[in-house]
Amino acid sequence: MKVTLTVWRQAGPAAQGRFETYELDEVSEDMSFLELFDVLNERLIAKGEEPVAFDHDCREGICGSCSMMIDGRPHGPELGTATCQLHMRKFADGAKITVEPWRAGAFPLVRDLVVDRSAFDRIVESGGYITAPTGSAPDGNLILIPKAVADSAMDAAACIGCGACVAACPNSAANLFTAAKVMHLNLLPQGQPERWERVTNMVDTMEQFFGSCTNHGECEAACPKEISIDFIALMNRDYIKAQFKQRRLASQRG
Amino acid sequence: MVMDAHIPEGPIATKWDNHKFDVKLVNPANKRRFTIIVVGSGLGGASAAASLAELGYRVELHTFHDSPRRAHSIAAQGGINAAKNYHNDGDSVYRLFYDTVKGGDYRAREANVYRLAQVSVDIIDQCVAQGVPFAREYGGLLDNRSFGGAQVSRTFYARGQTGQQLLLGAYQALANQIHLGNVELHHRSEMLDLVTKDGKAVGIVARNLMTGAVTSHSAHAVVLATGGYGNVFFLSTNAKASNVTAIWRAYKKGAYMANPCYTQIHPTCIPASDEFQSKLTLMSESLRNDGRIWVPTDAMDTRSPDQIPDEDRDYFLERRYPAFGNLVPRDVASRAAKREVDAGRGVGPLKNGVYLDFADAINRLGRHVIEERYGNLFQMYERITGEDPYVVPMRIYPAVHYTMGGLWVDYDLMSNVPGLYVLGEANFSDHGANRLGASALMQGLADGYFVLPATIGNYLAPQLGEQPVPTDDAVFIEAQQGVEAMTQQLLGVNGTRSVDYFHRELGKIMWDNCGMARSRESLEKAIGEIATLREEFWNDVRVLGEGDTFNQSLEKAGRVADFLEFGELLCRDALHREESCGGHFRVEHQTEDGEALRDDEHFAYVAAWEFTGDHANPGLHKEQLEFEYVHLAQRSYK
Amino acid sequence: MTKVDEAPKARLEKPAHPVPKEARTRPFIVEFYGSAIAKKWLMAITGIMLMGFVFAHMVGNLKVYLGADDLNHYGEWLREMGEPIFPRTVLLWIMRIGLIGAFAVHIVSAAQLTRMNRKARPDKYESPRDYAAANFASRTMRWTGVIVGLFVIFHLLDLTWGATGADWTRGEVYENLVASFQRVPVAIVYILANIALGIHLYHGGWSMFQSLGWNNRKFNDWRRLFAIGFAAIIVVGNVSIPLLVVTGVVD
Repeated sequence: MKVTLTVWRQAGPAAQGRFETYELDEVSEDMSFLELFDVLNERLIAKGEEPVAFDHDCREGICGSCSMMIDGRPHGPELGTATCQLHMRKFADGAKITVEPWRAGAFPLVRDLVVDRSAFDRIVESGGYITAPTGSAPDGNLILIPKAVADSAMDAAACIGCGACVAACPNSAANLFTAAKVMHLNLLPQGQPERWERVTNMVDTMEQFFGSCTNHGECEAACPKEISIDFIALMNRDYIKAQFKQRRLASQRG
Repeated sequence: MVMDAHIPEGPIATKWDNHKFDVKLVNPANKRRFTIIVVGSGLGGASAAASLAELGYRVELHTFHDSPRRAHSIAAQGGINAAKNYHNDGDSVYRLFYDTVKGGDYRAREANVYRLAQVSVDIIDQCVAQGVPFAREYGGLLDNRSFGGAQVSRTFYARGQTGQQLLLGAYQALANQIHLGNVELHHRSEMLDLVTKDGKAVGIVARNLMTGAVTSHSAHAVVLATGGYGNVFFLSTNAKASNVTAIWRAYKKGAYMANPCYTQIHPTCIPASDEFQSKLTLMSESLRNDGRIWVPTDAMDTRSPDQIPDEDRDYFLERRYPAFGNLVPRDVASRAAKREVDAGRGVGPLKNGVYLDFADAINRLGRHVIEERYGNLFQMYERITGEDPYVVPMRIYPAVHYTMGGLWVDYDLMSNVPGLYVLGEANFSDHGANRLGASALMQGLADGYFVLPATIGNYLAPQLGEQPVPTDDAVFIEAQQGVEAMTQQLLGVNGTRSVDYFHRELGKIMWDNCGMARSRESLEKAIGEIATLREEFWNDVRVLGEGDTFNQSLEKAGRVADFLEFGELLCRDALHREESCGGHFRVEHQTEDGEALRDDEHFAYVAAWEFTGDHANPGLHKEQLEFEYVHLAQRSYK
Repeated sequence: MTKVDEAPKARLEKPAHPVPKEARTRPFIVEFYGSAIAKKWLMAITGIMLMGFVFAHMVGNLKVYLGADDLNHYGEWLREMGEPIFPRTVLLWIMRIGLIGAFAVHIVSAAQLTRMNRKARPDKYESPRDYAAANFASRTMRWTGVIVGLFVIFHLLDLTWGATGADWTRGEVYENLVASFQRVPVAIVYILANIALGIHLYHGGWSMFQSLGWNNRKFNDWRRLFAIGFAAIIVVGNVSIPLLVVTGVVD
């Protein structure tokens, strides 16, 4: 098959960017979208042009490195799929495809399609953990966790941190990412002692970098792991509760 | 030279406890006076950095990823073993130890493996406390499954994303320490050289991948947790950026490379579909619990698989290994599949796979059960191949997956270079010639959470009061100049071929000659071809752009340059090991029915290779392996 | 393009250790309002107040179909409401002040969040977006909100203060209404503004559940149905009045 790629090229954070158009023929249907870029880059190198920079690593949809806005959608048209798992058979022969980087103030552009997503690390650092120094843990089976709760926590924990939610959000909000990280831990019994501090600190850090959630639901649709915006609602509830909680008395339910 | 692993005295069950008592300790208040550099943020690196920082050491962590969470440990699917015996099926520390030594085809160090089995139980506790959402029974207790040929259920898992969840646990502990200021994180920072002074590791030289800046970092000790070198084969299940550079450059600074020829081929990967294939995707080994592997009896059979009746199918694993059937260890299953494909009975458009068929399981258990067990894997398969595995059998073929070899380390995980510690897949220590399923995660976390924090004091304690070597010392300046010179050299070749071209060519040489079956002839051929290719690389590679910007071609070029050297060492090691064991199969050494034939009399040792110069043959050092507890026997899975 | 001097990198540096909220010195309400999630929560709370008002207002006004006496009597009751404990019109004024407050919080929060969201994406996408979930209503909240806000002012001028030029007499609610709506352009303004209100409610009536964290998978599907039903009732009820007046059915 044949495709026409229009790709954002920008030599560095301060450089002027522009779209470049490349025609590729003899594209195989079994190619992944990233392999299409491999072929494009081989071609560019042969011509003496610098290859397109793009983030990628595991190429099996779990590391969360890939970050391409394909035809106006993060990770492209197929729902629940990261760019590396998107295959060319999903495109029509002769398709014209436009690719640009994630755009958000908190994700400064590094080069071409590569952005810096360190802001996510800052959010996790501010509270996305359970303080459990190595060696201090009791036997794993001392903490009983209902299967349904473990499953819900796992649904949230499946987040790969790719940033598609931010890229998709008309407001560049990171609420889906943050909610997934917060609720993974806040749902579990082990996460209870730090529950209110965690949600407060992580949300406050998030808001230093990102926009606010206006409930478009675009993040959920873009998420390669199909994480539900239900977690955003749960985070909102925990955050508001945390503001009214007397934390010294937090163990008193009610 | 005979290598001394410093294995503690005493019965195997008490070695680790005795040793922990014997090691020198650093007073809690003095720990902050020591700086430790950790390179790599996978299970080993992240857990080590977090645990060392919790103890009070100052830690500097370098990862070439944009976030520590993206290290390739994240892609492990199946699970993590621990000798908890929660299932009352007769598991014990000793059994896990025994299975690991046996599974490793008697080429692992007993004392290390026993310790690994011992701390495996603590790992699970630690991870649960961190909030890793392991699968649970309805009563709220931890669930287990049997995995990769083990006859007990000792594998803990979190859906098909166990590696991801364990890494996130370690990453979160690390994030906590970063937040507290105990760990300094350098992201997109690639280690390009180890710096040694008076034979000791004193720091590293790293390149900031975003700005191209090359800087020196000094510390009291350096910890490498930089993963395996499977990408020397180009096509593997490793992430694209996984590489040998950190341990290779340490090797060139004096660390010994041990057993590089032990490479694990994983039997259940999706076969390559065309020449553009950039990596291979693993399908969890757990699929073999319910899937049956077969090929058509007649190589010319062109019927679609569902039209082929049972009598025209060859369930070759069940036929040859009635006791274990489809659940034989990875190396055995892989070689059996290769044999069928080599005989022309492969399936698929390129005839490069065998069927993994769930029709019987679906009939027996119902589609919904299979969907619940493997839904996400089936979906992944469907996405990649465009075929629905509920209807058409999956096609699978072995692919390079894990490398048991790595830098040589002693019982304390310290290499022969004092102050240089090596963890996880980057070291050689615990899996012998073949790794059992769900043991990689266990080793990475054992090393990082429990072993290194206990042993590193032994090296650091006597250095109390000494400052790290300043980064303006001649050794740093020289190393930094070396790195910059190599960058300029790569940029300066200005040839005609891309880096990927050379990587692909190297991969072909390695896979064809040093893959699942090796012979003296093929290995000698490979060594010659690699040397030619290496020369061609340095004369004809084209690396565009500059050194002082974000430049992915340059990053790749450095890594491929190292693979081109390392591949030769791998072949040399394979050539010298005149036996077949685990992930190393020499066609000259097999039993009558084609199984691996070990030579315990001559090769029950660890081969540790010393760098002796760019154009000199590497020097061989041996660490003799003693088997006091697990008696050497031919593995049999019949 | 990102301007160099904006140095986006600098924003990514690790923030200094955040001070725990309890230890901060600003008053609770300032601290609380400082967060975007709290602003959205307040928007949901004030949204519910405004929805209650809109609903009661519509129900009251539907008395136009019962005739002038019923509607005017209802208008008078509003002023007498709360007597004898409250003097005449006092309770009405308390409610009006509450409403004005709710409007103010709703609008100011929205404006501040809009500003925050604009800043969060200094460089826009250069290629067209292909939205998968965001709908017309969710993406036009700002504009439907502004339209409704301006309409409220017009509506007050028109029927509360009689300042838009129609015959207007204080207390004669029915006559004032009919006189105003018989003007075709005014009727069109009312109809369009109520459609905008309906669109605003279609998203807001669902979105408030998310902002409040009222989430339960057992009834999550009902949240959308509630929003559709509520918006439809308001639009049909409110639009019917100018429509029937301008077409001469009611006079």
